[in-house]
Amino acid sequence: MHNPRPGLPEFDYVRPASLSEASRFLAEHQGEARPFMGGTDTFVRMRDGFWKEKYIVDVKRLDGMGDITFDPSTGLTIGAAVNMNRVIDSPEVQEHYPLLAEAAKTVASFQLRSRATIVGNICNASPAGDTIGACIVMGGVLKVHGLDGEREVPLTGFFVGPGKTVLKPGDIVTAIRFPVLPQGHAGRYIKLGRNALSDLAIVGVTAFAYPDDTPSGYRFKLALASVAPVPLVPEKAEEILTGKPITDETIAEAAQAAMDACNPIDDVRGSARYRKYMVRNLTRRAVTDVLNRLQ
Amino acid sequence: MALHRITVTINGEVELVDVPSHMTLLQMLREKLALTGTKNGCAAGECGACTVMLNGEPVNSCLVLAAECDGAEITTVEGLKKNGQLDPVQQGIMEAGGVQCGFCTPGVLISARALLDRNPTPSEADIKAALVGNLCRCTGYFRIIEGVKRAAKIQEAAKEEMTYGIG
Repeated sequence: MHNPRPGLPEFDYVRPASLSEASRFLAEHQGEARPFMGGTDTFVRMRDGFWKEKYIVDVKRLDGMGDITFDPSTGLTIGAAVNMNRVIDSPEVQEHYPLLAEAAKTVASFQLRSRATIVGNICNASPAGDTIGACIVMGGVLKVHGLDGEREVPLTGFFVGPGKTVLKPGDIVTAIRFPVLPQGHAGRYIKLGRNALSDLAIVGVTAFAYPDDTPSGYRFKLALASVAPVPLVPEKAEEILTGKPITDETIAEAAQAAMDACNPIDDVRGSARYRKYMVRNLTRRAVTDVLNRLQ
Repeated sequence: MALHRITVTINGEVELVDVPSHMTLLQMLREKLALTGTKNGCAAGECGACTVMLNGEPVNSCLVLAAECDGAEITTVEGLKKNGQLDPVQQGIMEAGGVQCGFCTPGVLISARALLDRNPTPSEADIKAALVGNLCRCTGYFRIIEGVKRAAKIQEAAKEEMTYGIG
């Protein structure tokens, strides 16, 4: 599948003047038009011949797509075209949503992150998407512009399969919104790659918790990357960490539950068996790190 | 196939270029403007040989459409030298012997320039993190990293000279 030449297949580059025009165009050219953000996945897939769209629709410069806004009473909104380096550098993200910056920092290289976006990472719907786990555990909600106007779509149930989401023809994700997080929250993303930086995740574990009136004293959220056809939430492991007093045994039990929940494949980056064991070990480590950060 | 007429400022020169929709920024630089310093390596955003500065940010030009760049400011390796003076990153990497075959060098120089723009006194870890997207098959990176450290010192010294003057 490798094409040694730098060229992309022929297509038309379209830049609609408004979101409604973009939605209409995408719906009218269903199956042959695709919106793109940084293009860091889109153009690789097109060059390799997996995608053969006739129209590539640039929606980056439309209203609000390039904004990050934070309001202490309603939370954070990141426009779909905001690149990952801007997210990492944002003082609001660093102060109130540090897990998102921690996850984004693990994505590829600096120059790739100056094009790659959080919303693009989500819409690409790769099970390996590094920032998706952080968005899930922090309750991210997508703002979507479709043929019938604006609506909100939660990330729960958003992913259908590798590269597949519930988005419909004409839908454009314009932003991701995060609620104000509970007091005292802490998170951790641990990515296992073939090297320390820049590679795709063999396994990625996101852990997030905040103090709550539960038997453990915390509410725990977990998400796993690269171990199932979609980003995976190991609910049983979350329940164990929330419903029992935290001890080394509880953490080990939750880590085992996370391992049992996942259904990875063998590929060039690692075997299914290796991935499962790494999920167990890294869940234990991520949960321990979160507990240390909570104190 | 649609053609787009775009205006771009490249290394300080305004250029008017007609580009097809599917032409990448990398192809435009090399094939339309004969700026062949920027290299095509993997064409997938992995190797960094095509790194250029787009509106002050380093990007993989193989994954940017030329048509997207209407109104943009671009700096390539050809634009680093100013008034006959090498950029500190060129000077530093040259002095440290950070060039062998030279294929990765233009991208390395742009990434290093971008690093020193945002952090004039980077640690070794900062340098490694900034260059992780620039693969080099010759040097083993050691001399490149030394070169960027040296560049930071050259830049610092030049700044002091500007501030306090010489003797």
